[in-house]
Amino acid sequence: MPELGRAALLVTLGLSLYALVAGSAAAQLGRRRLARSAQNALVASFGATAVAAAVLLSALLRNDFSFEYVARTTSKALPTAYTISAFWGGQEGSLLLWLLVLTGFGAAAVTLNRSWARDLIVWVVPVFAAISTFFAFLVVAVASPFATQPAPLDGAGMTPSLQNPYMLVHPPLLYLGYVGLSVPFAFAIGALLSGRLDERWLVATRRWTLFAWAALGIGQLLGSHWAYVEVGWGGYYAWDPVENAALMPWLAATAFLHSVMIQEKRGMLKVWNVLLVIIAFSLSLFGTFLTRSGVVNSIHSFTQSSIGPWFLAFIALVVIVSLALVFWRVRQLRSPTKLESPVSREAAFLYNNLLLLALCLAILWGVVYPMLSEAVRGEAVVLGRSYYDFFLRAFGLPLLLLMGIGPLIAWRRASLRSLATTFRWPTLVAVLAGVVLLLLGAGSSIPGLVAYTFSTFVLATIVLEFARGTRARKALGATSWPGAFTSLVSRNRRRYGGYVVHAAIVLLAIGIAGSSAFDSVAEAKLTKGDSMRIGDYTLVYRSLSERSGPNATEIRATLDVRRGNRDLGTLKAGKNAYTIEQQVSNEVGIRSDRLTGEDLFVIAEQIDPDGSVYFRVFVKPLVNLIWLAGLVFLLGSVITLWPDRREQRRLVARASEVGIPATH
Amino acid sequence: MTLALLLAATLAVACVVAVALPFLREPEPESDALEDLDDEERRHLELLEARDRALSALKELEFDHRTGTISDEDYRAQVGGMRRDVAAALQALVPESGEGQPPDARN
Repeated sequence: MPELGRAALLVTLGLSLYALVAGSAAAQLGRRRLARSAQNALVASFGATAVAAAVLLSALLRNDFSFEYVARTTSKALPTAYTISAFWGGQEGSLLLWLLVLTGFGAAAVTLNRSWARDLIVWVVPVFAAISTFFAFLVVAVASPFATQPAPLDGAGMTPSLQNPYMLVHPPLLYLGYVGLSVPFAFAIGALLSGRLDERWLVATRRWTLFAWAALGIGQLLGSHWAYVEVGWGGYYAWDPVENAALMPWLAATAFLHSVMIQEKRGMLKVWNVLLVIIAFSLSLFGTFLTRSGVVNSIHSFTQSSIGPWFLAFIALVVIVSLALVFWRVRQLRSPTKLESPVSREAAFLYNNLLLLALCLAILWGVVYPMLSEAVRGEAVVLGRSYYDFFLRAFGLPLLLLMGIGPLIAWRRASLRSLATTFRWPTLVAVLAGVVLLLLGAGSSIPGLVAYTFSTFVLATIVLEFARGTRARKALGATSWPGAFTSLVSRNRRRYGGYVVHAAIVLLAIGIAGSSAFDSVAEAKLTKGDSMRIGDYTLVYRSLSERSGPNATEIRATLDVRRGNRDLGTLKAGKNAYTIEQQVSNEVGIRSDRLTGEDLFVIAEQIDPDGSVYFRVFVKPLVNLIWLAGLVFLLGSVITLWPDRREQRRLVARASEVGIPATH
Repeated sequence: MTLALLLAATLAVACVVAVALPFLREPEPESDALEDLDDEERRHLELLEARDRALSALKELEFDHRTGTISDEDYRAQVGGMRRDVAAALQALVPESGEGQPPDARN
């Protein structure tokens, strides 16, 4: 039924255009029914896009190779789960997913907020509609997932590295994050257009921003784990442009989530916050552009790409119009309050913002530099790992330290004597940890040692904050210590959920420092019975096996692993040869030590016909803390996202005082 | 093909009805004007936000002092100013509510 899919997308385009034109007219002329009609069009566009998505999904599941997209991304032998993931595996399908999530989020955000912020929502609808018009236009006219052809006997299959369970959740999570950032953007632009620059746009979008940010964060960690276990090069983050594409909006959104607190508490940084929302959304568009335009490979493939020029034009339009609106409203955005002291919580958050944005811009420069150099000099010059590592250390380490300092300083101003008292214990613990680590030999990497010391400092401040808060809640009448702890967290979920997220970032920092600054590597070509050593480990190559899987021939080398005199069992590493795709993938062997968080990581780089194998082996200390950080990050995100009834009651009471209907 | 076209037509008609619904429900309304906050109500909203901001800041300072996150010295330096902010925010709301009835509830 490609006709139904095409028709549904045409309907979506029509509805989006109508919502844009009618919504703008209704907002400008103050027409109630027209505004409601535009809102209904936005909601209906989600329904129409869902029909198109259902048609594509059905075609994928039926192996209907008369759809060009289905034939290009799947094959009959592809397991069902990966056939579903092919929905977002190609350009046209992923653009349709963008549109589906966008219209869904737009419909939900407008419906949930239209009662208590209806004068603002009227202006938000055309902004959502403008974005969905662009994406609907792309899938209708430029990159349709419903193009047809005479059906071949079988499809081309899927890239082997994408045939992994992580691909079922990693890309959709990134899309939820990318598209989720359109909600704060639409509300911010709506507020600028309408001049309703009170706090309602922030309140309406707070949880959406948190959700988008959490989805991007978890999506990236899952992507890193996928790269670690599937791509088979021995690492988890390569500063690849596509990886950076997701990191940049996440950094901008992180800066916004911190600076928005300054606006809420002190009424400051209104211009800055609007700018951060614009930057985060523009970067999410840029991220989609990077992954889908082909520009990553070459500037020439960009010009040949069907969507590249459209995307670039849309990003330019978004940036220019948004900045013009900020400039237009800048007098209304000026804050009556000023920064009172450079030693205060708002100042610490501001430093944090500047560092996050500086890191973001450094990464952006690293991403665009090859394209610029190719455009200007005809040769793409890629900035390597050392460029990114330098800025990660230069901006990341102070950020880590600020994560411990910021939450413990008073708002407005703090005395130096007071700081000395507040940070006495965390500093003592951190210095002690640094000295012990130095004595244990961690001085071989100074950045690694600094990262560990700062991490200890931050963890100490977090533990101290939870302990002090729980004690205070107990003193205020909580019946038990667990009750006091629960009351503490539930009464201020954003603050204490934020601390849990900080703890996750600390675990991440320790994991990254351990696995990159203190790792070791060994390489050897072994025949059966040969052994090699790395650190305390001894590996003996025992056998080579081959079997036929559902869609690939699987070759595995088996190694016996010993640590000192202790037998740790066997480890298998090898390759999969995919028949239809005509590609070979590395299938690595990993042995994790749950107690120390260390991994023994084996790659069978080359398997010769005589049975000898060229192995590359890594020992990665503490690498598992990175994945543990993902779980802690998820916990912290859920705590911060959990609905806060007290806050809702306060907002409802405030709204009813002004005469706005009290439903939220 | 025919079924697909039939389904597509049904979808299009359903969407047109959804879009036209506000006009079908109210063909001749008494007023078609958007209900918007007037300048006075907007000012009132800003004052309420300022009040809530001041109260929240004072509450956080009190709790941080109780936990020991904020030292006695910093607390003493700030609590007076914050209490004055709260008083000023509340005071700014008094003349408005004293002038007459609160704005009519909107539906």
